Amino acid sequence: MSAFCNQAIELTGLAGDRASSVHRLDPRAKLVGFLGITLVAVSTPLAAWPAWVACALALAAVATVARVGPGVIWRRARLILPPVLFVAVFLPFVRGGESVDVGPLSLSVAGLETLLSVSAKATIGVVGAVLLGATTTFPSVLQALESLRVPRLFTLIAAFTYRYLFVVLEEVQRMRAALASRGYRPRHALQAAAIGRVATALFLRSYARGERVYLAMLARGYSGTMHRLEPLAFRGADAAFLAALAAVLVPVRIVAGLS
Amino acid sequence: MSCAVSARGLAYRYPNGQPALAGVDLQVEHGERLALLGPNGAGKTTLVFHLNGLLVGEGTLEVAGLEVGKDTLHEVRARVGVVFQDPDDQLFMPTVREDVAFGPLNQGLDRAEVGARVEEALATVRMRHALERAPHQLSMGERRRVAIATVLAMHPRLLVLDEPSANLDPRSRRELIDVLASIERTMLVVTHDLPFAAELCERAVILAGGRIVADDACEAILSDAGALARHDLELPAGFDVTLVERRRRPRETTPALAAA
Repeated sequence: MSAFCNQAIELTGLAGDRASSVHRLDPRAKLVGFLGITLVAVSTPLAAWPAWVACALALAAVATVARVGPGVIWRRARLILPPVLFVAVFLPFVRGGESVDVGPLSLSVAGLETLLSVSAKATIGVVGAVLLGATTTFPSVLQALESLRVPRLFTLIAAFTYRYLFVVLEEVQRMRAALASRGYRPRHALQAAAIGRVATALFLRSYARGERVYLAMLARGYSGTMHRLEPLAFRGADAAFLAALAAVLVPVRIVAGLS
Repeated sequence: MSCAVSARGLAYRYPNGQPALAGVDLQVEHGERLALLGPNGAGKTTLVFHLNGLLVGEGTLEVAGLEVGKDTLHEVRARVGVVFQDPDDQLFMPTVREDVAFGPLNQGLDRAEVGARVEEALATVRMRHALERAPHQLSMGERRRVAIATVLAMHPRLLVLDEPSANLDPRSRRELIDVLASIERTMLVVTHDLPFAAELCERAVILAGGRIVADDACEAILSDAGALARHDLELPAGFDVTLVERRRRPRETTPALAAA
C-alpha cells in the first residue's frame, strides 16, 4: 500500500492503551461526553474563560487515563486545526473599533478577543474529537450515532465511505503512477485536463463498484436493514464518566458565567 | 432426489438486447464439484448471477431444490452462497467479524448462533485470527478466504465461486486449494485456471456463446486440446493432466462427518 494510505491509517484509528477504562466505555457515553465538553466550551464567552480551563483539564484527564500522548494528539489535531484557525487569524486586522499597536501593526481589540475565543473553542473541540477517535473505533462511533437516533441513511453512508476510502485511495495512487510512468508532468493549466479524466474514471469505477457491492449484499440476503452483531451496553462506568464530567463542567461554567 | 442445480433452456438477454445465455442446460448433482470453464464473455458470470436470483432469465432453473423466482428469492439466496470475483466487493463491513455475521443476521438467526457461525466459518478458512481486522488490512489471499467465510456462515447447500484463484500469488493459491478441498459442499467453480480446476473438480463444463458446449469428467475435458483451443482455453506449457492428483472430497476421507 502506498505511503499516503499508511499515513492516513496511522492518523486514524485507536491510539493509547487499548485496554484503558476510557477505551472500554460505551461509545455513546464518550460521544455524549465529548460533545458536552465541546458545547460547554463553545457556549463560553471570553469573560468566563475559567470554563475553558475546566474543559481543557477534563480533556487532559481523559487523555491521561487513556494514555493517549500529546504527540498523538498534536499530530492528529494539526490536520484539522489550521483551516479552522486560518479564518480567525485575519480578524484582528479587519475588525473595527478600539485598536492597539503592536510594532508596525494596528490590531483591533475586539478582533483579538474573537481570535482568542475562537482559538480556545476550536482547540477544545478538535482535541475532544481527536480523543474520541483515539479511544473509539469508527464503527463503534457509527453504532453509537445510530442508537442515538441519527438517521440510518447517514450512518450507512459514513460506514461505506470509511470502508471504501482506502480502496479508492489505492486506485488514485495506481492511476497517478500510471500517469507519471508515461511522463505526465503538468507544466501549465491546460495539461491539468488529465486530472479531470482521472477523476471521471474514478467516479465511474466507484459507481460500478457500488453496483457490485449492492449485488453482493443482495446475494447474502440483504433486504434493507442492517442488523447488528453486538448491541451496545450502557454500564455503571459509563454513567459515572458522564456524571463526573457534568459535576466538574456545569458548576464551573455557571459560576464563571456569573462573575 | 432433486439436483443441486437443474437448468433447462436458461436464456438471458442484457437490457441492450445482447444475448448472454442462449439456452443453458445443466445438471449438477449434490456433493459434486463442477468447474465452469469458458472464455471471457461466454456468460459465466451471468450464469452465476442466475443461480441466486440476481438475474432472472427465461427457461427453468431449480437450485438446491427450489425453483428460482420472485417468491423463493430469499430462501434461494440462503441456500446458494456466491463468492464474487473481487473480494473488495464482497467485504463491505468495517470489520471481518461484522462482515461474516452479515448473512446469518439477515437470515434472522439469534446472536449466539450468529457468533458461533462466524467462528466456525472463519476457522474453516483459517482466518480466525483476523476477527477484528478491517478488510483493507488483509492481503488479497486473506480477503478471498474471508469472502468465502462470509457465505459459509450462511450454511449454503451450494457454493459458487467466481474466479477464486484470480490475482493470487502461488502460496495464497495453494492455501485456497487446501481450504476449498476441506469444505464439504456442492461446489461450482468458475475459472480460467485449468490446473486449479483439475486439482479440485471431478467434472467440468465449457460454456461458450451462452451455451454448454462440453460436459465431461475434468480430465477428459482438459485432455481435449482441440476443444480447449476452440474456446480460448489453454493448459500451462508442459502440464500433464494425467499426473494431477485430485483432492478428495472430505466425505470420502471422513465417513463419520458425512453421516452426521
